[in-house]
Amino acid sequence: MARKTHVQTQLNGEPVEFLCEARQSLLEVLRDELHLTGAKEGCNNGNCGACSLILDGRLVNSCLVLGVETEGKTVETVEGLAAPDKLHPIQEAFLENAALQCGICTPGFIMSAKALLDTNPNPTEHEVRYWLAGNLCRCTGYDKIVRAVLDAASA
Amino acid sequence: MPEKKEYKVIGTRPIRHDGVDKVTGRALYGADFHTAGLLHGTVLRSPHAHARILSIDTSRAEAYPGVKAVVTAKDLPAAQDKIADLGEGAVNLKYLCDNILASDKALYKGHAIAAVAATNAHIAEEACALIDVAYEVLPPVLEVRQAMKPDAPLIHENLKTGSMGETADKPSNIASHLQHKKGDIEKGFAEADVIIEREFVTGTVHQGYIEPHNATALYNPDGQLTVWCSTQGAFTVREQLAEILQYPISKIKVVPMEIGGGFGGKINVYVEPVAALLAKKSGRPVKVLMNRADVFEATGPTPASFISVKMGATKDGKLTAAQTRLDFEAGAYPGSPVGAGAMCIFAPYNIENVLIDGYDVVVNKPKTAPYRAPGATNAAFGSETVIDELAEKLNIDALEFRIMNGAKEGVKRADGPVFPRIGFIESVEAAKQHPHYTSPNGKKHHGRGVASGFWFNIGLASSVTINVNPDGTINLVEGSTDIGGTRASIAMQAAEVLGIPAEAVNPSVVDTNSVGYTAVTGGSRTTFATGYAAYEAAQDVKQQMIARAAKLWEVDEKDVQFADGEFSCINGKEEQISFRDLSARLGETGGPVVGRAAVNPPGAGGAFATHIVDLEVDEETGKVEILRYTATQDAGKAIHPSYVEGQIQGGVVQGIGWALNEEYIYNAEGTMTNASFLDYRMPTCLDLPMIDTVIVEVPNPGHPYGVRGVGEVPIVPPPAAIANAIYDAIGIRMTELPMSPDRMLKAMGKI
Repeated sequence: MARKTHVQTQLNGEPVEFLCEARQSLLEVLRDELHLTGAKEGCNNGNCGACSLILDGRLVNSCLVLGVETEGKTVETVEGLAAPDKLHPIQEAFLENAALQCGICTPGFIMSAKALLDTNPNPTEHEVRYWLAGNLCRCTGYDKIVRAVLDAASA
Repeated sequence: MPEKKEYKVIGTRPIRHDGVDKVTGRALYGADFHTAGLLHGTVLRSPHAHARILSIDTSRAEAYPGVKAVVTAKDLPAAQDKIADLGEGAVNLKYLCDNILASDKALYKGHAIAAVAATNAHIAEEACALIDVAYEVLPPVLEVRQAMKPDAPLIHENLKTGSMGETADKPSNIASHLQHKKGDIEKGFAEADVIIEREFVTGTVHQGYIEPHNATALYNPDGQLTVWCSTQGAFTVREQLAEILQYPISKIKVVPMEIGGGFGGKINVYVEPVAALLAKKSGRPVKVLMNRADVFEATGPTPASFISVKMGATKDGKLTAAQTRLDFEAGAYPGSPVGAGAMCIFAPYNIENVLIDGYDVVVNKPKTAPYRAPGATNAAFGSETVIDELAEKLNIDALEFRIMNGAKEGVKRADGPVFPRIGFIESVEAAKQHPHYTSPNGKKHHGRGVASGFWFNIGLASSVTINVNPDGTINLVEGSTDIGGTRASIAMQAAEVLGIPAEAVNPSVVDTNSVGYTAVTGGSRTTFATGYAAYEAAQDVKQQMIARAAKLWEVDEKDVQFADGEFSCINGKEEQISFRDLSARLGETGGPVVGRAAVNPPGAGGAFATHIVDLEVDEETGKVEILRYTATQDAGKAIHPSYVEGQIQGGVVQGIGWALNEEYIYNAEGTMTNASFLDYRMPTCLDLPMIDTVIVEVPNPGHPYGVRGVGEVPIVPPPAAIANAIYDAIGIRMTELPMSPDRMLKAMGKI
């Protein structure tokens, strides 16, 4: 058993500490150690975006970040997005626009969209498509996802 | 046009019932399942495409710290060479078992050889590397025409071609040959003024669902086996497990977790039996997850194929004859979708003389699995390209040519069935009138193409139970995995019957112990067949509620009427009560109301689609850019139009990927060299425009609300439509998929 490291981080606004092996990705830590399974593993090599989340304000594929790298940092996952009684506008827009089918890519798309709208609140359709090109969806053909993000931006 | 019925719930766009769980990350997919004491399993896979397994030594892996169990094919019950009926069609049990864990030969790179359960996945992976396997490497057979040659290396020494009831004497890689005949093909070609004959090649493509296969299994000491997995059909997993493990079906409970896409690829089991074996051996719950390379290399892609198509027409535009030969790669074990391709290829047209031959051929690639209208896309790439060429030669508008020859009610398909009311002509007319088709398209290197497609759709068994709640809502219990919004489309059909809002239905997808048998979510059957069951179960509720109202008012049941959510008395008594108010009075009128239905509806009703695409060919790079795309489709009746549009858009984009980029690229040893999402290039949103949809509604006479399956047919036309548009742009007929930049540059003579 590889030796574990003690890590302290801010996760969805709360201080969190965990033990992890140096080889464990942030995605693995979230899913297997902290049981936060909103971030999904689709490829484990940064190609599909299903594990997208926001680390210190920056969009990352959590499968390409090591758990130990989050020491002292701020992690935002899909689980932290909604208020107790209200969904985030991007989540609302995904539902209103029927922008999901199987839903496995949805948390990743929502986090990518949030990272986009945090920096560019009024993107063009092309900017949305460019920004979301790192997230694969196999069900929707992207049409309704792009519309949902544009809707969320104008909300 | 048939009379339009007025509905209150059907045709509206409510928020899907599972929506909040899925946008908040709370929905639990197979890989998200966790339980105390969980072990992680990893599968050791063959590095060779074709090899005899001489020995497997697991002793070093078993001794590795943290390892709790190691299994090989020896842990499976000895599989007989017998045919097992799994509800979805007969399967040779030995092939089924050998595909789970190879016993004597590895038949493709990635074929499962052994598996390890350990305290974490890293340890399991390290232990896999300590399993010593001795192989005798054999020459691989990687392409259908090569595999069909008499001197090709044999993949199965005992496989003999079955051809229309006869079995060949000598073994061969050709598993079977089928034929459909209608009229007199020679006479048909003799009547033709124009005949076009072309050959087509399509590559191996994957369903490409974002969620890898997964399964967690637990054996209790009382022999109860529970499996949590992402599957298109919990009951088919139960059946396959019972056969593969030779285990009583009543001792197996399959719990369907949320599923991250399937498209036909999550019907066959892969890791489920492996997890069960590891769980039994270790006495602990074991989770087995595939990685992305495993998914590409060891789960069903859809076959590469070689297709020849010959069609003839008179000079005034009447199709007189159509002939095809479909050679499909089955992968390592027999069972390609060549049969379905043969059913669909000429189905959109009324042609008197047809001859169809299909061959199912084994090669050293993963066993193919269904992929959205399996076989139909390969076939339509050939036939719809030839149709385009005929229309061009005859100087007839390509859509008009389809209308002139289009199949309608009463036309007999070459494979036998006679069409009931269908909407092919209507779908073509919708395309012809669409502003996209009537808009100008004349820029250099820009092209416009059209193509149509057919998928027959299936019915099969579904069960639904409805429990009425005291507040006038209902709990709807179903067995259909929800891949794309079917909780909503099924709930809406029950809501329509009972005159309640869609939101007043709580749908639950439950395990195999908790609902009646329900076939897979596949064949575009779920909104049709499980929706039909929901309709019938709601009718059952309605009848029971009528009896309760009659009891309350002390009148005959026949004197109670139900309309718009209100029960009323029609024998002169001024009585009225809403569904909601009556629901609150079930206790005083006899107790709970539980509606139930189990159906196996025959009239699935075929689906037709017609697509228009504009594109631009970059002559420097060979890249094809999709500029505009419009898809028309007969949905029968769109229960939830947003999700019908979504099915169309998703199918179109998978078809675009198949047409332009996607293929398995093999080296000479039979290793797939692009087994990642970086190199197996599926479309991203940056590659695409919006996808316009036109829902045509020609009600299916086989369903109370006229529903036709919608999910599959939209993938059928895109490759042919794009090939036809490329011809329009640069004057070159592309006959090989994908039409990737390298093939485009070769076709243009640039490389």
